[in-house]
Amino acid sequence: MFAPGAAVRVKGDWPEARGPVHIRTPHYLRGRRGTVVRLLGAFPNPEDLAFARPAEARALYHVAFGLGDLWDDAGGSDELMVELYEHWLEAA
Amino acid sequence: MNILETESERLLDAVRGLLARKGLVSPAEIAERIAITDAASPGQGARMVAKAWTDPAFKALMLEDGGKAAEALDIPMRGTPPLGVLENTPEVHNLVVCTLCSCYPRAVLGYPPFWYKSAAYRSRAVRDPRGLLAEWKTVLSPDVRVRVVDSTADYRWMVLPMRPAGTGGWSEERLAGIVREGDMVGVTVPNR
Repeated sequence: MFAPGAAVRVKGDWPEARGPVHIRTPHYLRGRRGTVVRLLGAFPNPEDLAFARPAEARALYHVAFGLGDLWDDAGGSDELMVELYEHWLEAA
Repeated sequence: MNILETESERLLDAVRGLLARKGLVSPAEIAERIAITDAASPGQGARMVAKAWTDPAFKALMLEDGGKAAEALDIPMRGTPPLGVLENTPEVHNLVVCTLCSCYPRAVLGYPPFWYKSAAYRSRAVRDPRGLLAEWKTVLSPDVRVRVVDSTADYRWMVLPMRPAGTGGWSEERLAGIVREGDMVGVTVPNR
């Protein structure tokens, strides 16, 4: 579990390269560092749900990223918030 | 039978018949769902916004649990994903996008507009939000923080815009009349 304010990194993983998948973690965030805003709840893992496999509930977080940390030419305090499942996050 | 070449009306009848015969979904439930889908429109979200502008207790409920706030205005939310509400303030302007597909708070805003589903909107909202907003004629002061909310998973998000100046004393109905779908996505802001 991650507490609000926890520094996290999105796993730099590419399951797409290993076979058919359904992934709700955008490409542009893989490997990026962000900050947990809050826990949104637990939802059946869409990666299993999409293939009609038994889907266990996974924690879903709202995670904030500085736009300047994502794009070289972006600056200032603009930010991005994204819903990410716990199994895609690691402590940073 | 090739399902891709089957006449769509006949295919629909066959699927509906199977659903009913197997007791999965009744014809009445299908009719109810069609009525709910047809009734969903930006006017529903606009009613919520106008109520939040005039009723602080409702605004607090809306920011805490958008679904409960919608149901308090008799907007059907059964079976829909949780609804999160993002409040625009003098410090923060929210912009909603779904870069993966077209996740949209349909229960309160209806069908997503065509541009919301376009590759251009989806990519530019996260890559250059201020440039995108400028094309919508939405110019924000440099000290306002833009917060792009990429709707990627099980929540749906709508924006609670700021109430425009010069609308003091307006009725909820009149206020709802100036709130457009773009204001609740965050590409525009309401004008009186």
